[in-house]
Amino acid sequence: MLSARRVRAIARKEWIQLRRDRRSMLLAFGLPVLMLLFFGYAISWDVRDLRLALLDEDGGRRSRELVEAFEASGYFRVTEQLTAPSDVDPLLDHGRINAALLIPPGFTRDLAAGRPAPVQLLLDGADANTATIALNYAEAIVAGYSRRVLLRGAIMEPPVALDARVWYNPTLESRNMIVPGLIAVIMSIIAAMLTALTIAREWERGTMEQLASTPVHRLEVVFGKLIPYILIGIADVTMAVAAGILVFDVPLRGNLLLLAALTVLFLIGALGLGMFISAALRSQVLATQVAMVVTYLPALLLSGFLFDIDSMPAALRAVTYVIPARYYIDVTRGVFLKGVGLEALWVQALSMLLFAVGGLGLAAANFRKRIA
Amino acid sequence: MEPAVAARDLTRRFGDFTAVDRVDFSVATGEVFGFLGPNGAGKTTTIRMLTGLLRPTSGTARVAGLDVAADPGLLRRRIGYMSQRFSLYGDLTVRENIELFAGLFGVRGDRLAARTAWLLDMAELAGGESRLTAELPLGFKQRLALGCAMLHEPPILFLDEPTSGVDPIARRRFWDLIHELAAGGTTVLVSTHYMEEAEHCRRVILMNRGRLIAQGAPADLRAGMAEPIYEIETGDAAAAAAALAQRPGVIEASLFGRAVHLVVEADPRSEEIVRAAVTAAGEDATRVRRIAPSLEDVFVALVRREGGAVAG
Amino acid sequence: MSEREAIVRVEGLTRRFGDLTAVNSLSFDVARGELFGLVGPDGAGKTTTLRMLAGVLPPSTGDATIRGVAVAHDPERAKPFLAYMAQRFGLYEDLTVRENIDFYADLYLVPPADRPRRIERLYAFSSLGPFEDRLAGALSGGMKQKLALCCALIHEPELLLLDEPTFGVDPISRRDLWLILHGMVASGVTVIVSTSYMDEAERCDRVGLLDGGRLLALDAPANLQQRLAGELIALRTAEPRRARDLLRATPGVHRASLFGETLHVQLDAGADPALARDTIAAQGIDVRSADRIRPSLEDVFLDLVATER
Repeated sequence: MLSARRVRAIARKEWIQLRRDRRSMLLAFGLPVLMLLFFGYAISWDVRDLRLALLDEDGGRRSRELVEAFEASGYFRVTEQLTAPSDVDPLLDHGRINAALLIPPGFTRDLAAGRPAPVQLLLDGADANTATIALNYAEAIVAGYSRRVLLRGAIMEPPVALDARVWYNPTLESRNMIVPGLIAVIMSIIAAMLTALTIAREWERGTMEQLASTPVHRLEVVFGKLIPYILIGIADVTMAVAAGILVFDVPLRGNLLLLAALTVLFLIGALGLGMFISAALRSQVLATQVAMVVTYLPALLLSGFLFDIDSMPAALRAVTYVIPARYYIDVTRGVFLKGVGLEALWVQALSMLLFAVGGLGLAAANFRKRIA
Repeated sequence: MEPAVAARDLTRRFGDFTAVDRVDFSVATGEVFGFLGPNGAGKTTTIRMLTGLLRPTSGTARVAGLDVAADPGLLRRRIGYMSQRFSLYGDLTVRENIELFAGLFGVRGDRLAARTAWLLDMAELAGGESRLTAELPLGFKQRLALGCAMLHEPPILFLDEPTSGVDPIARRRFWDLIHELAAGGTTVLVSTHYMEEAEHCRRVILMNRGRLIAQGAPADLRAGMAEPIYEIETGDAAAAAAALAQRPGVIEASLFGRAVHLVVEADPRSEEIVRAAVTAAGEDATRVRRIAPSLEDVFVALVRREGGAVAG
Repeated sequence: MSEREAIVRVEGLTRRFGDLTAVNSLSFDVARGELFGLVGPDGAGKTTTLRMLAGVLPPSTGDATIRGVAVAHDPERAKPFLAYMAQRFGLYEDLTVRENIDFYADLYLVPPADRPRRIERLYAFSSLGPFEDRLAGALSGGMKQKLALCCALIHEPELLLLDEPTFGVDPISRRDLWLILHGMVASGVTVIVSTSYMDEAERCDRVGLLDGGRLLALDAPANLQQRLAGELIALRTAEPRRARDLLRATPGVHRASLFGETLHVQLDAGADPALARDTIAAQGIDVRSADRIRPSLEDVFLDLVATER
């Protein structure tokens, strides 16, 4: 009953129109890569080069060793040399430093005598995330130095040693986690925005009324319109993946073909959703706004990209099950970093299949060849 | 006395495209003056220049004693303008729209009350002040828009396609209104693509592709058409038209109603020529008579003479 | 009506939008090969009626059968045989002339082998050939309508539904369009066309006068013109407005309206033909001419609508 020729005709028309629309082309091809580069560089949860103010009232050999340990770690950089404790407050107030290390006068002497030698670290807690990380780094550095002091001269192993190895992301590059996630989020947004306009625009311009008077079938229109956008989506993901590998050095350990196949599944769902919004609302302005709210916010906040799903309250966690981006993120991270195959991702694949069918179904059901 | 409107060599270009090409005419006070021409002929652009909304690329125009390019703000207070696109706010009521325009033109107090009463009466909207403008039928909207354009009693009125899309009856009533205004001394310039509406005007200009192709009183323009037109009533009009179009001496054969209108070359013996052509074409004509050309015929003849297609 | 079969049967076709009844129980037939006109004021229901016939708007009640297919119930079955031209230009402005035609040819599954011949023919009578590669948005109004007509005709429909196809179009293109339509009718295509141009209505085989969603009259133009009771006099005077007001107050005058500077005076049936001129002359107004004229469709229409209201 459905005619392949009609589907092809619709796809070809849609493609010609897209090609001739400079702005749409820019949006479709330029935006995703731009977003990836921009956010990829901008977002980084690694904290480096923390600005440290130093008040060394001791000045002895041990205090200098401690300061060197801080600087050698790469996490801290001494930017201010203080002369009095009261100097710290204005620096923290104005945000000129992240932390201040205060070494009391008797530091070297106490260490040599085998007495405890405390040092003080003051942190800017206004940015709790950075403060926590800075604190952890500092504690590790001090603990490391303490051990050095302790073991000096003794050839001894500490009783319990922690042998930690981080899988998938050994250097704990946050970028490795971010980029695959970012790809998923960007594709969610782009996909819905691309198709949110297509049906509404035809109603507003009057071409849909004309089209409706022909024998074309609803499904032929939906499928026909979908095809060019799937192709664009695949091109976008390809460019994003390439950018991730080449620019951000994110390793790709898994199967590219699997990623492609699951991406197509995801796209069908996301594009279908956009088309549903377009068909139901019939207004371009309204459709873009709704598409933004329905895809952008959930993709950003509830997909597991920014915030860990397991740490969310139960109610929100339940909601994440209906966010397609959530599953796609598992796919991108899985394929990029874990190198796993379908056996680990089959739940995600199935869920996205459901979304694909659902999205298309909604689009087809809501697109009517009737003016009223 | 200075004419109400005078245009000299008025021209407007948009990049490479010449929308209005050296248009030259004048309108006397109290005249009903028509701009005729198909869509894209340049009527709206001309009116926009005359009302100070668009700056001429070259040439000059004087309206209400002012140079249109010199002080458009002052000009706008002396004229009334009803644009082609509907200019009232659909989500305001009739009264609110009136008050809006009154505010814009500085019409206040007693004068406003008097003008409002006049408008409601003219537009047959008395009692309907609280109706939402969007819900009014098109004919009422047109009259309301006209009234709002005239709240400040301007001596000159510019109406850009006010009857576009309006049915013939509402169109007639609208023209009645225009005539009343003119009778009261207002100069009215109207543009329209309905050629037959030219009959309502004292004088008209015909525009095509930015150029002024004819100017004058409708009756004179019609009389000035050299080629006679014959109406031929026959059984199968379409077939007859096709056959007659080929005959020598025939410039154009078109269908009008159930008859054929034949435009033939100017010749004192034209009627004989036509009858001969009809017989030769094998048509069994029940009636052949000469008819007066319509302004549309004049328009088509002029364009044909220029050798051009219309817009394209 | 003739013995020609009815290709369109409209029965009690009604469409409501909330409180508003846009089309009120329309019933009429259209014969195969007929040129059928729909005339009426704005809001009369012409567009709504055509949309229902084209199957893009379902009726509230009633139905229309096209070639035996009930359009309200099964619009998709009727669509292959008809073509609809919406009032607003419905083709793609960012596609070329040729791309638009090819698109519609695909939609109607026109056999590829047949297309070159059909397109040649369409180009021949529309003169669009040289503009094949031009974007539809860059065409003039008249050419856009010709293109819309080409796309409507590419699948050789049996029924054409046209909503004000010549609105705003230049006079020459208007004539061209009507020549095309007459050619179609001559080859057996049925055409239902709505128009606000009275001269176009006069070309139709039959005209339906719509007002407020109801059919006020349906007949051949010539018959409609006979209907006007009483004489119609065209009066040219020195003071048209004063003359009009005078005549309106005169017994024996059914209606007096201005058309430009000419007064169209419709007398009551049986009134003295010289009544109009005499009345005016008696008031001292100079009468330039007084001629009996054949009522145009517009006069008929005016009369009918005014009578209704």
